[in-house]
Amino acid sequence: MAAPAPLLEVKNLRVEFPTRRGTLLALDDISFSIAPGEILGVVGESGAGKSLTGAAIIGLLEPPGRIAAGEIRLEGQRIDDLPYEQMRVIRGRKIGAIFQDPLTSLNPLYTIGQQLVETIQTHLPVSASEARERAIKLLQETGIQAAEQRIDQYPHQFSGGMRQRVVIALALAAEPKLIVADEPTTALDVSIQAQIISLLKRLTKVHGAAVMLVTHDMGVIAETCDRVAVMYAGRIAEIGPVHDVIHSPSHPYTVGLMGSIPAMDEDRDRLAQIEGAMPRLTAIPRGCAFNPRCPQVMDRCRSERPDLMDAGPTRAACWLVASKVRT
Amino acid sequence: MSANLIEVRDLAKTFDVSAPWLNRVVERKPRQFVHAVDGVSFGIGRGRTLALVGESGCGKSTVARLLVGLYAPTRGEVHFEGQRIDTIKPGAELRAVRRCMQMIFQDPYASLNPRWKVLDIVAEPLREHGLVAGAEAQRARVGELLRSVGLAEADAEKFPHQFSGGQRQRISIARALATQPEFLVCDEPTSALDVSVQAQVLNIMKDLQKSRGLTYLFISHNLAVVRHVSDQVGVMYLGRLVELADKAELFARPRHPYTRMLLDAIPDIHMSGRSRTPVQGEVPNPLNPPSGCAFHPRCPHANDRCSRERPALAEWKGIRVACHAVEEGRL
Amino acid sequence: MSSTAPTAAPSAVERFFDSDIWHSFKTSPVAIVAAVIAFVCVFCAAFAPWVAPHNPFDLATLNLADARLPPAWEAEGRARYPLGTDDQGRDILSALMYGARISLLVGLASVLLSMIVGVGLGLLSGFAGGKVDAFIMRVCDVMLSFPSILIALLIDGVGRAMFPNAHETLAFGVLILAIALSGWVQYARTVRGSTLVERNKEYVQAARVIGVAPWRIMFKHVLPNVMGPVLVLATIQVAAAILTEATLSFLGVGVPPTSPSLGTLIRIGNDFLFSGEWWITIFPGVMLVLIALSVNLLGDWLRDALNPRLR
Repeated sequence: MAAPAPLLEVKNLRVEFPTRRGTLLALDDISFSIAPGEILGVVGESGAGKSLTGAAIIGLLEPPGRIAAGEIRLEGQRIDDLPYEQMRVIRGRKIGAIFQDPLTSLNPLYTIGQQLVETIQTHLPVSASEARERAIKLLQETGIQAAEQRIDQYPHQFSGGMRQRVVIALALAAEPKLIVADEPTTALDVSIQAQIISLLKRLTKVHGAAVMLVTHDMGVIAETCDRVAVMYAGRIAEIGPVHDVIHSPSHPYTVGLMGSIPAMDEDRDRLAQIEGAMPRLTAIPRGCAFNPRCPQVMDRCRSERPDLMDAGPTRAACWLVASKVRT
Repeated sequence: MSANLIEVRDLAKTFDVSAPWLNRVVERKPRQFVHAVDGVSFGIGRGRTLALVGESGCGKSTVARLLVGLYAPTRGEVHFEGQRIDTIKPGAELRAVRRCMQMIFQDPYASLNPRWKVLDIVAEPLREHGLVAGAEAQRARVGELLRSVGLAEADAEKFPHQFSGGQRQRISIARALATQPEFLVCDEPTSALDVSVQAQVLNIMKDLQKSRGLTYLFISHNLAVVRHVSDQVGVMYLGRLVELADKAELFARPRHPYTRMLLDAIPDIHMSGRSRTPVQGEVPNPLNPPSGCAFHPRCPHANDRCSRERPALAEWKGIRVACHAVEEGRL
Repeated sequence: MSSTAPTAAPSAVERFFDSDIWHSFKTSPVAIVAAVIAFVCVFCAAFAPWVAPHNPFDLATLNLADARLPPAWEAEGRARYPLGTDDQGRDILSALMYGARISLLVGLASVLLSMIVGVGLGLLSGFAGGKVDAFIMRVCDVMLSFPSILIALLIDGVGRAMFPNAHETLAFGVLILAIALSGWVQYARTVRGSTLVERNKEYVQAARVIGVAPWRIMFKHVLPNVMGPVLVLATIQVAAAILTEATLSFLGVGVPPTSPSLGTLIRIGNDFLFSGEWWITIFPGVMLVLIALSVNLLGDWLRDALNPRLR
C-alpha cells in the first residue's frame, strides 16, 4: 500500500542571515515531510533553528533572514517563492499558526469575536452571522464556557490558559490543513499545559489538521507527537517515530539529550551531561556539527558532514550509523 | 527541630496593590491586598535541600525573597542557626547573617550587570564585606571561585554578554559562593536554561553541596528537576503550604489532591501515555482567594467543610499535609 | 568544561572599533559629514587664539580704516579679512572663532550641569519612589509649564539683580546656571523611567542580597545602565543650549559684552543689516546654524545607533 502523498515537504532548505560580519547559515540543508493529519515535533535547544524552520514555512522570516536554497511544498505546490499576496492567502487558509505568548498573539483592541469572525470571513465564503456561529462553536470546542457571552469579551478579560485556547480556535478558524505551533505551552503553568496539549491533540484530529509542534520540552513531544525531528546547530540530527527516538536513539546528541533530562520515575545521582555548548552560528565546526562534543567521535566526523541515514526505526545524521550498517 | 539550619514559622507577606489614593477617593475603590504568602512554616536541616514547588502565583518566589531579606515579612519568624533574624536591625550583626545566606536568580541575562566585568561581579561580595584585601588577592580568589564552577580564570576579564546562559548562571553561582555562605536560596536557577545545560548546572550544584556542606532552598515549578535535587519537597498553592514530605514519600504516595493533580499533569518522556485524571480549572485570582481551603473549587474531593474551614498543615503519618479529606480518611 | 574562545579578551580600543556603533557610524554619510563639521567648528573654537588670523578683541591691532570691509570675494574686499570686517575693524572670521568658543563653552558647561542635576534627581526619583518620587516629578511638571527661555531669563535677571557689578566669571556662572536649570527636566524624566526598569532587574536584587548600600547600588549598578539615552539627549541638548545662549545674548542679557558670543555678534551685526553690510550678522548666524545642525544630526544618529531594535 503506497504511503499517502505528504502534506508538507521540505527539501534541502537553507536559511541565511547576511550580516556585516559575513553570512550566517541558520538552517543548513533541512529535509523532512509531514503526512496529512500527522503531528510532527521539532525539538532542539536554543539556537538550533527550530523556530526559524517554522517561520520559514509560514513565510514569516524576519529580514535580513532569507531562504537561500531548497524548496517548501504544501500539497505539492511550492510556497517558498510565492509573492507576498499569494502567501498571505495561503497563510490563513491552509496554514494556521500558534505562537508562544498568548498575551501578544491577540489584538488587545478588538474582541475575540471580532478577531475570529475576521479570520473566518477572510478565508471562507460565509456571511457574518454564519461566521459568528462558527466562531461560537469553535470556542465551545476549545472548552471555553459560556462561549456565547465570552465571544464579545476582550483578550485581557481572559486568563493565560483561556487565551491560548482562543488562539487555538483562531488557528483552526479557517480549517487549515497544517498548523505550525511554536512553543504553545511554554508560557503556561504545568496544569494548564496538560489541558492545552490534550486539547490540541483532540481538535487537530477532529478537524483533520496536521501539526508541526516546535518546542524544547521533550515531555510535551512525548505526549503529543507521532514523529519527532531533533535539531542541532541548524541541521536535523535525528528523525523518526517518537517512541523510538526517545527510547532507542542512535545519534549521540539525542542520546545525550535524553540522558540529561531528569526522570520522574527513578533517582540518579548525576544527570548525564554533554560537555560544552551548542556552537554559535558564527563558529559551526567542519564536518558534523556535533563532533567537538561527541563522546564517540571518529576522524571522519571532523571532515565530512553526514546526511540523514537509516538507523533502524529512525534516521540519524551520524557516521556511526553508517559504520554499524556496514558491519 | 532545633538542629535545623533554617526554621520558618507562620511566615506571611501581604502586598498592598490598592489603586493610588486619588483614584480610591474619586472612584470609591476599596483597598486591595494580595496575600502572596499566607502563613508558611518549615525547617531545613543542615546540608539538606528543601524544594518548594507550585505554579504561578503560589508564593514560592516570595518565600525565597523573604528569607534573604529582599522583602520584610508581614508576620511570622525566620530563624537561622537558632537565632531569630527577621527582627535584627540593619547593621553589623545583620550583615554578618546576610553573609551566610546568598541567592541565585532565575534569569541568567538579568542577574549579572551587563556593564561590569565578571571580575567585578564576582568580587563585589568580597569587597563589600571586606573579606579579601588588595586587588591581587581579590583576583586570585575570583579565579578560584570561577574554577570551582567549571569556568576559566581568564573569564574574569570578560563581560556577561560574551557568555551563554548556562555559563552566566555559573558566574551567578560563583558570586553567591564568594562569601562562603552556608545557605543558598535558588530561585528557579535552571528554568531559563536548555535541558543539557540544565544538567551541567544541576550537577555542579550537587557537587558543591557535597564538597562544601551547603544547605539549599530550591524553588522550581519543574517536578522532575525537583525530584533530582531535593531531599524534602514542599508544595505550595496560593500562598500556603499544602504538603511537606520527604521526596521519596511525596513522589511515591502523594496525599494532597493538588499534589496528585500536579504529578499527574506533568508531561514526562518516560511515562507518557499513562492514564490521567483530567485537570480542572485554573489557579484562582490571588486578589480573591476562595474561602476555606484555597483548592476546594478545583478539588474532586471537596465537601462543605472545605469551603468553610481552612485546613492547617498538620502532621499525618510522618508527613505534613493541609487537607480535610486526608485528615478525615476520605482519601 | 572549557570557557569561550581561548584568545585573550580584546582591549577597549579593539572592542570599540569592532562594535556595531562604529560600523553604524562608518556607513552613515550624514553622521560622518556632521561629525566632520562639528569637529572643525569645535577645533577652531577651542584653539581660536592660535588658529584665528587676528585677535579681534585686542584693541591695539584694530584699524578703523579697515572697518566695514565686505568679504574677500567681493569687489572692495581684501584677502587679509576673508569674511570682511565690522564697524570697529574687527575681522569677522576671527570674531566667529572667538565667538564660537564662548558659545560652545557656555553650551557645554550648561549641558554638563544640566546632566548632573537631571540625572541625579532622576536616579533618586526612580530609586526612592514614593513621596520623593512624587515630589520631584511635580517639580518637573511645574518647570515644564514654563518656556525654557523664560526660566533662563528669570534666573539671569535674579542673578543680575543680586550681583549688579558682577565679575565676569560670576556673570558667566549665572548664565550657565540659568541655561542648565531650564533644561534638566528632560534628563530627570528619562533617567527616572530607565531607573524604574533597571531597579526591578535581578542584578540589582543580587546586590541588595549581598548587602550593598542603596546609594552605592544607584551609582555603581544602575547609573551605567541608564546612561545610553542620556548621552543622546545631551548631544541634542548641546545644540539647544547654544541656541538658548545665543538668544539670551541677542536679547542683551547673555554673556558680558567684553566676551561676545555668536549671539552677541548677531545682535551687533543686526544693526548693520539694512545698511547693506550683511556679512556682519549673516556669517555668525551661519556658524551658529552649522554648529547646532551638525550636533543635532550627530545626536539623531547616536539615538538610532543605540536603539537595539533598529540594529
